[in-house]
Amino acid sequence: MTTTAGAKITVDPDPGYKWVGTRPVRHDGLDKVTGRARFGADLSLPGMLIGAVLRSPHAHARIRSIDTSAAEAMEEVKAVVTGADFPMLESEEGAGGEEAVDFRDLCRNVMARDKVLYEGHALAAVAAVTRRAALAALEAIEVDYEVLPHVVDVEEAMAPDAPVLHEDMFTAGVDPAPEAPSNIASRCVYERGDVEKGFAEADVVVEREFTTRPVHQGYIEPHAVVADTGEDGRSVIWCSSQGHFMVRTFTAKLLGWSPSQIKVIPAEIGGGFGGKTTVYVEPVAALLSRKAGRPVKIVMTRGEVFKGTGPTSGSKMRVKLGARRDGKLVAAEAWLAYQAGAFKGSPVQMGVMCMFAPYDIPNFFLEGFDVVNNMPKTAAYRAPGAPIGAFASETVLDEIAEELGIDPLEIRLINAVEEGMTAVYGPRYRRIGFRETVEALQGTPHYSAPLGSNQGRGVASGFWFNFGSNSSATVHINEDGGASVMTGSPDIGGSRASMALMAAEELGIDVYRITPIVADTESVGFTDMTGGSRVTHATGMAVIEACRKVVADLRARAAMMWDVDLDQVEWVDGRAQHVDGDRAPLTTEELSSASAKTGGPITASASLNARGAGAAFSTQMCDVEVDPQTGAVTILRYTTAQDAGRAIHPSYVEGQMQGGVVQGIGWGLNEEYIFDPDGVMENPGFLDYRMPVASDLPMIDTVIVEVPNPGHPYGVRGVGEVGIVPPMAAIANAVYDATGCRLGELPMSPPKVLAAIEANGD
Amino acid sequence: MARVFFGSALRRVTGGVEEVEVEAATVRSLIAEMDRRFPGLGERLASGGVAVAIDGEIMTDALYEPVPADAEVHFLPAMGGG
Repeated sequence: MTTTAGAKITVDPDPGYKWVGTRPVRHDGLDKVTGRARFGADLSLPGMLIGAVLRSPHAHARIRSIDTSAAEAMEEVKAVVTGADFPMLESEEGAGGEEAVDFRDLCRNVMARDKVLYEGHALAAVAAVTRRAALAALEAIEVDYEVLPHVVDVEEAMAPDAPVLHEDMFTAGVDPAPEAPSNIASRCVYERGDVEKGFAEADVVVEREFTTRPVHQGYIEPHAVVADTGEDGRSVIWCSSQGHFMVRTFTAKLLGWSPSQIKVIPAEIGGGFGGKTTVYVEPVAALLSRKAGRPVKIVMTRGEVFKGTGPTSGSKMRVKLGARRDGKLVAAEAWLAYQAGAFKGSPVQMGVMCMFAPYDIPNFFLEGFDVVNNMPKTAAYRAPGAPIGAFASETVLDEIAEELGIDPLEIRLINAVEEGMTAVYGPRYRRIGFRETVEALQGTPHYSAPLGSNQGRGVASGFWFNFGSNSSATVHINEDGGASVMTGSPDIGGSRASMALMAAEELGIDVYRITPIVADTESVGFTDMTGGSRVTHATGMAVIEACRKVVADLRARAAMMWDVDLDQVEWVDGRAQHVDGDRAPLTTEELSSASAKTGGPITASASLNARGAGAAFSTQMCDVEVDPQTGAVTILRYTTAQDAGRAIHPSYVEGQMQGGVVQGIGWGLNEEYIFDPDGVMENPGFLDYRMPVASDLPMIDTVIVEVPNPGHPYGVRGVGEVGIVPPMAAIANAVYDATGCRLGELPMSPPKVLAAIEANGD
Repeated sequence: MARVFFGSALRRVTGGVEEVEVEAATVRSLIAEMDRRFPGLGERLASGGVAVAIDGEIMTDALYEPVPADAEVHFLPAMGGG
């Protein structure tokens, strides 16, 4: 089979959809390209104050005292808050973007109490009439710190003599329970079979160590909020986030308020990638506003984003893999330690669960450690934890393939999981399309294209669970027969377009007659965050269900107007049709215009906790050229194949696939948090924290594979995350192919690559 | 009878038992039965930090989900994405 780039491979027969699978211009496109879209920082209100946050200059210090009296005495300063203004919360877990959120930890991350745990940790905030006055007020706040020893490196943080961040944290998941506190929050293990016996059966065994650095999600829009808390205690919050209901819940928890006191209005979002699945400045602005009695706006600087918001973990990993001569994997062993930042909750468990998920391995022992350290608390980042583990596992698998003389795609097919097989993390797979992604790459011209000198090719695969969860939608039929579709899911990847397409398919009307709206917390039912690749699946199901209710109502109205039984009316191409065909069909416009006489406006809502999310797989191929003089790696060509289940809007599926790859390229080649000996971040800006831009990259070619998910009416699988899982390993394997050097450390920046080349030549 | 599998973390509560068979109409009654057999396990399984997979489908807040007679049931950590 030959597969061209930009192709779509559909496994099942064409279902014959009219709208699903087409590529209309996105409904929010014009606003975004003309600057009319309103982002978090765009709002201004009469009497609005400007908020600013005082952040710790130390990586670890006890706060002996904070004296805010001088700041409070300044005429232009209207409010000051510190940790003492927040309620003292008990440890309580709630649903979060990555793992369960402990609200006590979240509160202390938003505003430090007793200790600061990283450079950039917020410990006071002010609201003043101008930004200049707010910054002057920050300078007037006197903090007496007792500087403490700090630790950033994950292995150093695990050492028995490491400075301990939390005296009340004892490692969970070990027997016997430890008697002394440590920085190891928890240990997790996934195991099957007899690992020792498995390795004994192996003809080839490869064991390697890997190191990765913390990297930031790098969204272009800094966190921004305007909060207006009235005398009645009701607060309205405008902000950019991946979940305005999450902002409401978390803000209420952290301030001890009722969620009903708070209305959150979603602004457009300039990128999130997981990083906006929690709160930072939103509760602070709400509290400052309550104190000042005026609206308060806080917009982070880029430096604050780097130093005060979550990157994802850096890690240390050891992976051992064994295979028989025929390429069958027989045993795997892994040890993973992830940095969590200042509070527990790294994504190590998901890294462990995902790293060998594409493969059927009879014997394994996989162990993960969640380790706190003196850097910002990590936040979710696209397929949290999975890319880190896959960098290690997919690199070792490549080495196994080379040792055995087996093609790297072929070894993936030999070991590929399929429907009914048991996943590394326990359950059996339902219908999946991993094998199809590998075969899709085998069919591309890229696979057999010749390479030049200093050039190499690498492949890698990846897995991500995808999720469902709670979503709501409301559909109104307008007077002109068009429809408004309201959901509670912030649109970070083109979801307005996919909601409109599914509504158009269900209602049978033109997609441009659908107006998709992201509604505030008081205008639509509760909806979980936009994350976990869940929106097109879960919110899409809510839209479909609401549309089906509307269609049922439209049929009932037509039956009433025709004075026939309901079963005499069918819905075809957006019109009510009598089964005998002896009456002129009624359009949505005609039915809507008559609605006052048939029972009132036509509208329906649906809320659900979506089940049936389908797992996602991606396989990718990368060509690089390595400059032997400088060690610089240039990406020459890149093809990514991903199982989308059913691509509702193929352009935005391709965009998600390409976006994941590009972020993975940055993670692989250049991006890293660099700390000085005092634990201070040295590169908190885009000049020194080097993310790839379009001119650094070739076209990222895509192949959409469609193995429909039986858990969704159209077969949708989430597509937003798995694309970032394979790139680092694919690049590392390509660099090896070009240079003969196996790099086990990210980023593969020029100095490291050059050092490896020179060491290899010695 | 549904088959319930325990991962490494839960085996610390079950005394090393990896798999049991149980007849339960819903996840809630399954958890109650698990707690009867392994005291303390119920609290772990019913916490917000645990998801359940029934025949491969991972679900959160699944207390009232039906459990088919021959289902395979796994308990996993509650997870989220980015």
